[in-house]
Amino acid sequence: MTDDGEISVVNSIDFQINSGEVLGIVGESGCGKSVTSLSVMGLVPSPAGKVEGDILFNGENLVSASEKRMRQIRGNEIAMIFQEPMTSLNPVFTIGSQLIEALQIHRKWPKKKAQAQAIDMLKMVGLPRAEELMKDFPHQLSGGMRQRVMIAMAMICAPKLLIADEPTTALDVTIQAQILELMKKLNEETDTAIMMITHDLGVVAEMCQRVVVMYAGKVVEEADVKTIFTSPKHPYTVGLIQSVPDMRDKKERLYSIPGNVPKPGSVKAGCQFAPRCAHAFDRCISETPALESLGGSQKVRCWLYEDEKGVDIVDRTIS
Amino acid sequence: MTEPLVKVENLKKHFPIKGGLLGKTVGEVKAVDGVSFTIHKGETLGLVGESGCGKSTTGRMLLRLLEPSEGNVFFEGKNVLGLSLNEMRKMRREMQMVFQDPFASLNPRHTVEKILEEPLIVHGMKDSKERKKRVKELLEVVGLNSYHAKRYPHQFSGGQRQRIGIARALAVNPKLIIADEPVSALDVSIQSQVLNLLQDLQKEFGLTYLFIAHDLGVVRHISDRVGVMYLGRIVELADSEPLYDNPLHPYTQALLSAVPVPDVEIKKERIILKGDVPSPSNPPKGCAFHTRCPQAMDVCSAKRPDFREVEKGHYVACHLYE
Ligand SMILES: Nc1ncnc2c1ncn2[C@@H]1O[C@H](COP(=O)(O)OP(=O)(O)OP(=O)(O)O)[C@@H](O)[C@H]1O
Ligand SMILES: Nc1ncnc2c1ncn2[C@@H]1O[C@H](COP(=O)(O)OP(=O)(O)O)[C@@H](O)[C@H]1O
Ligand code: SF4
Ligand code: SF4
Ligand SMILES: [Mg+2]
Ligand SMILES: [Mg+2]
Repeated sequence: MTDDGEISVVNSIDFQINSGEVLGIVGESGCGKSVTSLSVMGLVPSPAGKVEGDILFNGENLVSASEKRMRQIRGNEIAMIFQEPMTSLNPVFTIGSQLIEALQIHRKWPKKKAQAQAIDMLKMVGLPRAEELMKDFPHQLSGGMRQRVMIAMAMICAPKLLIADEPTTALDVTIQAQILELMKKLNEETDTAIMMITHDLGVVAEMCQRVVVMYAGKVVEEADVKTIFTSPKHPYTVGLIQSVPDMRDKKERLYSIPGNVPKPGSVKAGCQFAPRCAHAFDRCISETPALESLGGSQKVRCWLYEDEKGVDIVDRTIS
Repeated sequence: MTEPLVKVENLKKHFPIKGGLLGKTVGEVKAVDGVSFTIHKGETLGLVGESGCGKSTTGRMLLRLLEPSEGNVFFEGKNVLGLSLNEMRKMRREMQMVFQDPFASLNPRHTVEKILEEPLIVHGMKDSKERKKRVKELLEVVGLNSYHAKRYPHQFSGGQRQRIGIARALAVNPKLIIADEPVSALDVSIQSQVLNLLQDLQKEFGLTYLFIAHDLGVVRHISDRVGVMYLGRIVELADSEPLYDNPLHPYTQALLSAVPVPDVEIKKERIILKGDVPSPSNPPKGCAFHTRCPQAMDVCSAKRPDFREVEKGHYVACHLYE
């Protein structure tokens, strides 16, 4: 809680995305994944508030950037795709006019050139009969096709960073496989970095090079993807990985983390995970652990690793 | 093998598509188009498939929450579809349903106590004291506390609400529980709690489950046998081990290969299907999967393959195995 009674839903987020990399952000519903990504875009919904700290994009601080500058950045250098494509497609305009408009606004391209690029983009995301599709309205397409159009729209200005918030959660697995394949291809071919927000650890293993695990508004662990799966450190990460039923091998009984996900702000002091943690000890209830580096790429926020810590990391708050 | 508790024969549900000025029927959605299976006492039969393939419609027809267009459903040998409304009400005592969205299925204005008492009243438990005692018992069985009885649904988390949904289904001591996507709306760590609870209850009360879900990992975990649906039909059905380790139908193979697995050591060979699932209002002729099947042959678009037992207990509908 801050002084004026605001609840900080996202605390002390500190991570970076390197150019061309795919970073996964995982955590349970309500832990602050979407708020974090929206704040990068300068889009935090207004009652929830303001962003403290710095968001550096290519050395530029987005938190202090003007609204005009943010408008340039959004859609141009940083683009976003959502779980539900209709949130970013306008139902009353054709697919073509929406794609062309993006290029006209951000790139100041003449219509002809923009149109050719739009058609190329639709082909690139694997949509059949791209020319005809330009004249279609969003509702005429299936869910999987709309998701492709949204990706085309996000990628058309060749952004440096693509934020994908649960891009395949609403899709069936066979369609999800198509979309993930496409995102991988775009990442390889265009060197666009992707911030992949998901609750699906399978998607993370498949897509990401590095992973940030969030719990109750905080980053609790960060590491390269291999380390996260083979040597997770934070008790929450460990529990999360063990909770997932494995399709290839039937366990007698699943591991389960006891208790419920806390509402933001309900755990006032100490480690947010303490009420559910099997390893909690006195200190966990009274003192809040910081995100500490364990050397290499791994960082963890947990008192169990006090003795192993390397460099201190400065906390920041987005509230 | 134990005797079947449920036997479903050639079950169909065709929804009319209304159109035109007079609201005439202009076509039909073949939501379920000839499904047959049995569920044995004490087992869990899983039903998987992509959205819209007819899983929920199948489940709802077993309880006659939807009237089938064709086919038969036998429960302990009795044809459910021949029952009068009154007999059906009694039968519902034996078969209960747990839904995906625990919030939408619980009355927000009623306390948990009231929600759990309702099925008890319907099924004739008149003594209020006895009912309150049963409510307490039920809450404990599903891992909640008796003080939760006085609270309203919105005061619970998603996982707790699902526990209430399960308690309500258990209230009348059913034999069969049809669980339609019971953990799909829950977070991973809560999902495993609810799955464990369902397994514990099955052991304790000898329950039989029809478990409907689109998550293939969850279904493998909980099911003894699994049926895979595509466009209103079951295309493959087998014990879960052979189904997952040695899928025969090309659709099952593609579906399983499409699931991302949480393991970085493994790089899977993936079968990426082209295109979308066709509309059930106009399913492809012959084998409904032929428009996307990597192994389709000439015969596939002409003739609908029979659903046949190709290995012991392993059924598949595909011309490759005829
Ligand atoms: N506009 C808002 N006003 C107030 N609180 C908000 C607002 N938007 C989100 N929150 C709160 O912030 C917290 C984090 O929300 P966020 O949407 O980032 O979660 P998430 O991790 O993306 O969850 P999910 O997996 O369900 O998408 C939640 O407790 C949510 O209720
Ligand atoms: N009441 C209804 N009226 C018309 N069509 C319906 C109705 N209920 C379901 N359908 C259609 O039937 C098909 C199967 O639906 P459903 O059984 O809900 O699928 P699943 O549970 O497998 O996702 C879908 O195409 C759906 O749109
Ligand atoms: S700090 Fe304590 S309570 Fe928190 S995760 Fe570590 S051991 Fe558990
Ligand atoms: S019957 Fe033909 S089209 Fe259908 S699954 Fe078998 S091979 Fe494929
Ligand atoms: Mg979100
Ligand atoms: Mg359904």
